[in-house]
Amino acid sequence: MTEMVYCYDGSFEGFLCCVFDSYANREVLTAICRDEDFIPTLFASRAIPTDRDHAGRVYRKIVKCSPWAAELVRKGFLTCLPDREIHLYRLVRKLLREGPGFLGNLSDPVLYPVARAVRHLEGEAHLLKGFVRFSDLGGVLGGEIEPKNRVLPILRGHFCARYLNEKFFLYDRTHREALFYAAGKAMIRPLADFQMAPPDENEAAYRLLWKRFYDTIAIKERYNPKCRMTNMPKRYWNTMTEFQDESYFTARSSPAAVSDPGAPAGIPAPGTLPAPGPSSPGSAP
Amino acid sequence: MDVLEKLTILTDAAKYDAACTSSGGSRTAKKGYIGNTSTSLAGCCHTFSADGRCVTLLKVLMTNRCVYDCKYCVNRRSNETKRAAFTPEELADLTINFYRRNYIEGLFLSSGVFRSPDYTTELMIRSLRLLRETYRFNGYIHAKAIPGAAPELVEQLGFLADRLSVNIELPSEAGLKALAPDKTKQAILTPMRQIQARNQQSREELAKYRHAPKFAPAGQSTQLIVGATADNDLHILRLTQGLYDRYRLKRVFYSAYVPVVEHALLPARDVKPPLLREHRLYQADWLLRFYGFRAQELLDEAHPDFDPRVDPKCSWALAHLDFFPVEVNAADYESLLRIPGVGVTSARSILAARRTGPLHLENLPKLGVVMKRAQYFLTASGKTADGLRFTPDSLLRGLIAAERPLLPQPPMEQLSLFAAV
Ligand code: SF4
Repeated sequence: MTEMVYCYDGSFEGFLCCVFDSYANREVLTAICRDEDFIPTLFASRAIPTDRDHAGRVYRKIVKCSPWAAELVRKGFLTCLPDREIHLYRLVRKLLREGPGFLGNLSDPVLYPVARAVRHLEGEAHLLKGFVRFSDLGGVLGGEIEPKNRVLPILRGHFCARYLNEKFFLYDRTHREALFYAAGKAMIRPLADFQMAPPDENEAAYRLLWKRFYDTIAIKERYNPKCRMTNMPKRYWNTMTEFQDESYFTARSSPAAVSDPGAPAGIPAPGTLPAPGPSSPGSAP
Repeated sequence: MDVLEKLTILTDAAKYDAACTSSGGSRTAKKGYIGNTSTSLAGCCHTFSADGRCVTLLKVLMTNRCVYDCKYCVNRRSNETKRAAFTPEELADLTINFYRRNYIEGLFLSSGVFRSPDYTTELMIRSLRLLRETYRFNGYIHAKAIPGAAPELVEQLGFLADRLSVNIELPSEAGLKALAPDKTKQAILTPMRQIQARNQQSREELAKYRHAPKFAPAGQSTQLIVGATADNDLHILRLTQGLYDRYRLKRVFYSAYVPVVEHALLPARDVKPPLLREHRLYQADWLLRFYGFRAQELLDEAHPDFDPRVDPKCSWALAHLDFFPVEVNAADYESLLRIPGVGVTSARSILAARRTGPLHLENLPKLGVVMKRAQYFLTASGKTADGLRFTPDSLLRGLIAAERPLLPQPPMEQLSLFAAV
């Protein structure tokens, strides 16, 4: 066996093909890198074409050994772990060589870095389920995030269920891709550049209401910025409504764009409202 | 008065309530409705306020008008403060619009007693009905049951909300008599019992008919104020355990009393809220719910209050040194959980990992064990950490140092006093 560097197109299928070809060529890989990141080294290298059939065969083989390992490989590919491909490749190799037994031991040296990176990804996605902020842009909800990991595939199910009857998009500034959802269909697409539209009056008003709520809910006798920072690291604040400066709360578009207050898009406007003042027989003060 | 001002007043009046989790909900997304609560299982914080507390729900009062005069409360009748009330429409509109923007996971609605408990509850029911039926809101709702409200109304509230809570507030009847003269223990326990029974019944019906309506499917919780009365930790923890055992409560929340009013029976206004004590109670509560501890193991008549210097689990370990060291390759799950620095997740990881081969000390941090604390209490394949030598005194100092960076801030000064001991 010879030591090799493989280059691939950066897709998950492409990565699986690296695994496939390393077996086919009986080569042990020292590095796997994306075509655009490739820097010639002393090691011999090979460009691996992406073949969906090969990718499928590798993936099915992993699932057969251990569905959990397949999940780790899928999610591991989304993480910001440095040299993630080679870590994932070693995990797959060990799995195919030894079987799934070692997966029970989280401290296993091959499993540990991947499992830790996936935990980080899932942790970040979990926080973002709460920290994502949407704006109502004339009936479409739009939001932006700056995650370290590629969390959109992890967040997709959650937000599609939450906004089942809405149209929304979520833009990932770090990885320049966006999740789009409308009419029950979701997709993730690369998007090189994106600028959020300024708020209309209705939107600006709710932003301000939220900011006010946020500022009021804290108890000053318990002020504890360190605890806040631990729970909500500063890198998330950038895209959160409550930490924006004044201009974020000022409407800038024409009144024509203002949607009907109180009747959000996708939800039927309130019908006849109950008569004011509940009746409570026999309980007057 | 505009909605912004109302929101300000009614948030300010609601902020002392500690409960802000959305756990245990299970509303899956529905066509034509907005929202789901399936992820709430793990608790979803939408932000953290400047005091470091998790904000999950739009936590407001229906109104801060109140006919009662609880001494510890800013909303009491005799307090001069600005009053406001939401209309059901305003409240539903705020909730939906906050929810759509992903500011919140749902609504936590409480209220002062406006005119009467029944009248107040009806106002709340109208708001929730509007939200659920007209706005088709499928997110999380936590509603406060007002002590003294008619059982039929509590019943209606329970079919609209995911969780109900009745706040006990003062941990003893004597405290209630002195500080909340309009409330009785009976008025608090009656709705609690009703909620428990109705929730149980609803579960049984659900088992038979899949579409039976759900009554407060996320159960009920309560809150105890800590530090407004002389009740000790033992008393509070026993009460907590009773509530978990007998009323099947999902959560008991503790709220360090913030002196908001001047009153002869209450701590003076310059007394700091007992945050460290509140923290210890939460730690102990956690031990009751997930670690198989009982109240009487943690405290007794001779030691009725938690040691401010170390957490309750370390306290227990220090008092039971003969139980240790625990060998991680042999101990059962319950014994692993007794080791300070080993949690529910790491105990499970240990069980899984040792099936693949014997564990050594260097494996443990990767399994999530916090060695700073755990090293004194365990062995791995018969070995302890290299050069680890300690006396009961140095052990205590080591544990204090290991926890210090994790504590809520203000009690740090208190701690340094003890550090010299
Ligand atoms: S009933 Fe008591 S605790 Fe509740 S709002 Fe009124 S005064 Fe405050």
